[in-house]
Amino acid sequence: MMTFEKIKRTGPVLFSEYENGSALKKAISIGRNEILAELKESGLKGRGGAGFPTSTKWMLTAAAKADRKFVICNADEGEPGTFKDRVLLTEYPELVLEGMIIAGYVIGAKEGIIYLRSEYSYMLEFLESKIEYMRKYGFFGKNILGEQGFDFEIKIRLGSGAYECGEETALIESLEGYRGEPRNRPPFPVNTGYLGYPTVVNNVETLASVPHIITKGGEWYKKFGTDKSTGSKLFSVSGDCKYPGVYELQWGITLRELLKIVGAENTKAVQVGGASGVCLNESQFDKKISYEETATGGSIMIFDKSRSMLEVLKNFMEFFVEESCGQCTPCRIGNVKLLEGVNMIEKNDYTLEYIDKLKELGETMKIASKCGLGQTSPNPFISILDNFKDEIFSKN
Amino acid sequence: MNTMEKTLRSPVSQRPHEIKKTDQLTGIGAEVSIELNGIKMKVPIGKTILEICRDNNIHIPTLCYHEDLCIAGNCRLCLVEIEGMRTLQTSCSFPVTSPIKIKTFSDKVRKARKHIVGLMLSEHYGECYSCVRNNNCELQSLAREYGIDNYEFGHICSPRYNVDKSSQAVIRDMDKCILCRRCVRTCIDLQEVGVLEAVNRGYDTKISTFMDKPLADVVCINCGQCINRCPTAALHANDPSDEIWKAIEDPEKHVILQTAPSPRASLGEEFGLPPGHSMTGQLNTAARRMGFDRVFDTNFSADLTIMEEGTELLNRLRKALVEKDTSVRLPQFTSCSPGWIKFIEHFYPEYLDYLSTAKSPQQMFGSVIKTFYADESGIDPANIVNVALMPCAAKKFECNRPEMNSSGFKDIDYGLTTREMAKMIREAGLVLPDLPKSGFDDPFGEASGAGLIFGSTGGVMEAALRTVYELVTGRVVPFKNLNIEVCRGMKGIKEASVKLENCRPEFSFLEGIDLKFIVAHGTANAKVVMDMLKNGELKDYHFVEIMACPGGCIGGGGQPIPTSESIRKLRAKAIYEEEAGLPVRKSHENPHIKYIYEKFLKDGPCGKLSHKLLHTHYVKRGKFIN
Ligand SMILES: Cc1cc2nc3c(=O)[nH]c(=O)nc-3n(C[C@H](O)[C@H](O)[C@H](O)COP(=O)(O)O)c2cc1C
Ligand code: SF4
Ligand code: SF4
Ligand code: SF4
Ligand code: SF4
Repeated sequence: MMTFEKIKRTGPVLFSEYENGSALKKAISIGRNEILAELKESGLKGRGGAGFPTSTKWMLTAAAKADRKFVICNADEGEPGTFKDRVLLTEYPELVLEGMIIAGYVIGAKEGIIYLRSEYSYMLEFLESKIEYMRKYGFFGKNILGEQGFDFEIKIRLGSGAYECGEETALIESLEGYRGEPRNRPPFPVNTGYLGYPTVVNNVETLASVPHIITKGGEWYKKFGTDKSTGSKLFSVSGDCKYPGVYELQWGITLRELLKIVGAENTKAVQVGGASGVCLNESQFDKKISYEETATGGSIMIFDKSRSMLEVLKNFMEFFVEESCGQCTPCRIGNVKLLEGVNMIEKNDYTLEYIDKLKELGETMKIASKCGLGQTSPNPFISILDNFKDEIFSKN
Repeated sequence: MNTMEKTLRSPVSQRPHEIKKTDQLTGIGAEVSIELNGIKMKVPIGKTILEICRDNNIHIPTLCYHEDLCIAGNCRLCLVEIEGMRTLQTSCSFPVTSPIKIKTFSDKVRKARKHIVGLMLSEHYGECYSCVRNNNCELQSLAREYGIDNYEFGHICSPRYNVDKSSQAVIRDMDKCILCRRCVRTCIDLQEVGVLEAVNRGYDTKISTFMDKPLADVVCINCGQCINRCPTAALHANDPSDEIWKAIEDPEKHVILQTAPSPRASLGEEFGLPPGHSMTGQLNTAARRMGFDRVFDTNFSADLTIMEEGTELLNRLRKALVEKDTSVRLPQFTSCSPGWIKFIEHFYPEYLDYLSTAKSPQQMFGSVIKTFYADESGIDPANIVNVALMPCAAKKFECNRPEMNSSGFKDIDYGLTTREMAKMIREAGLVLPDLPKSGFDDPFGEASGAGLIFGSTGGVMEAALRTVYELVTGRVVPFKNLNIEVCRGMKGIKEASVKLENCRPEFSFLEGIDLKFIVAHGTANAKVVMDMLKNGELKDYHFVEIMACPGGCIGGGGQPIPTSESIRKLRAKAIYEEEAGLPVRKSHENPHIKYIYEKFLKDGPCGKLSHKLLHTHYVKRGKFIN
């Protein structure tokens, strides 16, 4: 998948004016409860895909009693067609770092870790220099900005190239030196996370949103987006369009509007939410991109009329067969069966009865798999076969 | 001794979660009301759904779950539906902390389970009727439970892997593996060995050894614990029964079966009896009817081991205390568990001098049979075939060790497990529980109870103490009915001491000494003890018993499947009960032991001849094998 560094459109939220350090200063002056209240007011939800309310996550971790706590920035960005975290980290690293420090302040963590996708290792020095730069202004170290007892440090750790390691508990296992495989939940990382200590894991974009919310207020943030999807979102747009790249757009925009902005023509299908998202056809382009209708961690892939949807589906399923961590049965073998189904259709050697059985298997995978990967990998299978029925089963 | 807490090395994902004791939870109360399949009930906070279901006689299918191991939650069979939750939850890993409504067999749940079994079967190469686990396979039972009558998602028809037959103990047939990872958790958590691990991702995931080497070329200690916990036939023991049948058929051969103490306590399970029924007499009859020429009791050589090991301990103490010989290593560690021996050879090779040089009872018997017995009965030792019925997979490796031929021949020809013996008995058309009882053959016809309790953790220590204490003081051990309870039970590491007072003149150097000892079972516990030794924490200890398998031999890698702590406890109970009723309960009072030292091993325990025949040496293996 081709990616482009440039930000194609900056929006009014994440890319609004901002003075470095102002949020941290304000955070310390208003105190923990006030910060949590602002976050709650803002309605900010996790941008890593699952959309869990950030204020709740922080509140739970803040309430957990422990000698140590951790803030982890999830910069594993492995979802195919997603590259918005990379842009944030290279263009606005201070926002992300400041978001982490504020998280540390709120939950009472002294240690932060950035889990950086190995492909982004070229950023390592750059990010470290940013940390050192901010340290000069008293944003790291002991008694930060004069606040007694508020210490915070950030370490950067490199991932090892597995998509699965972006899943927060697999990420933590990987940090601890084990195979990157998801843990059972409960217990959740907010109680039992890295090294068994309460841990907040947040996506890069989530953390980058925090300083804006602190300085400008939850009320302000809420003005953007829809009722349940507040604020804006960075979209990584790729595929068949004139202007692929990263866009900051408000939640609630319809696919049709988005396609226009990015210069997509002759569009047949849009995959919303990366490989694990759903694939929509033209009749569904009026859907709003939002947690209410079609959610996404940021990836928008556009396919025009020249594409074979079966081919598209096959690529996705091959990805999952490869990237499943192999721990649990439904995902490890289930994805193989779904891919086999695609191959059967390709060879025109299938029965609709069996394909329906596979769809049912997909429904089982959604509720029986251990982690988000297996729970979402049937999405493209089911949505493409449903939404592009005529094309795919035309041979019969 | 604060280092005694067991360490777990499984990934955190697979460790039991810490659930606070209910009385420490404030504001919630010790119990919570839930609804289980529509029935309202109160349950203790923190209990898992699986535990609650079992308490209420609701069967939940499981595969990756095993009572002895920490939670994995990867097979996904124990899924249940909780009202209000989008996804199904694994009951094995889900502690109840709030008033939830659970359904254990809703439509979604049944469908999901059926799908999962179907998926497993689609990748499971092989057929049940040609499989060692036929009729004792958890996957097979599940297929029956869920009424699987076809291969819903197809069935693999050619193997993906080669069978690894390199090990003398454990055969790995990864085409039958369903990746439950019980073996991985067994090897790392129970045994602290860690030769098995999942490698690769996705469909290519498999259980592998270091660099995919043959099992014989890695630090596997042959304990076979992984076999006992494998739900399928992916892991099974290297079965010598065909060769044994051949020897039985051969009129030239004089085939001797010696039976270890613990198989008789568990063999009944293979014939449908509940655990805890001793089958000693029936087993003897079965062996004779099958055509074994003699049936001897390994308990006899266990008594011999006590004589040798006990004497060795006293010699070491004398050297250390009287002669102030600083080269003497104390505490002395027992050496009768070949899994433990291989463990220390690999992981603590610099501490081999702490081991008793006494051979295991199996091997002692082998060399005695091929020398003393051959002589007395006028049989050419070349024609004797020694078969050892053992609870153990590691014994298969032990009898093939090159140093185990002090009789001039291979001392023990075959190590046979309880499971394999059961199979042979079935092949012979015998129904074990229905057979009449009979005794052991002479000249080793009788053994002491001390030998019998070798089968359970703490048994060797208890037997040794009975003899050593009496040798030193001239009085019986100061425990009621000779039962040294501190040695018994399933606690991972037990320690205690007994004071030596009013010693006989020749042992006056021991006067007033607190004889301190430790009993550990499962090599994870052995590791804890060894690390204490390394840290100098065992300086004032004298004797340590270690058994490689959890529970000792009754939990051995050759024992009937399944295993669990409650099963092991019942087997141990059977042994202790049988022992309590025996006329002779101290090794040194066994008349046959007295006889052999009078007639054959004339220079006494630890004398020259016994050194040649009954003692051995060890190999510094280390962790790196070429
Ligand atoms: C297979 C899989 C891969 C994931 N990869 C990422 C990732 O690369 N980056 C990310 O931020 N979250 C990823 N997530 C989501 C995380 O598990 C987690 O929900 C997120 O980091 C929480 O942060 P948030 O609340 O700020 O969204 C992934 C989840 C799954 C199931
Ligand atoms: S769902 Fe897939 S990726 Fe997630 S734990 Fe199971 S096998 Fe691993
Ligand atoms: S392992 Fe179990 S399911 Fe597989 S062939 Fe053997 S008995 Fe059948
Ligand atoms: S036999 Fe023992 S040491 Fe060897 S793999 Fe199995 S559990 Fe591990
Ligand atoms: S070898 Fe047996 S115990 Fe190990 S993962 Fe496979 S099926 Fe499970």
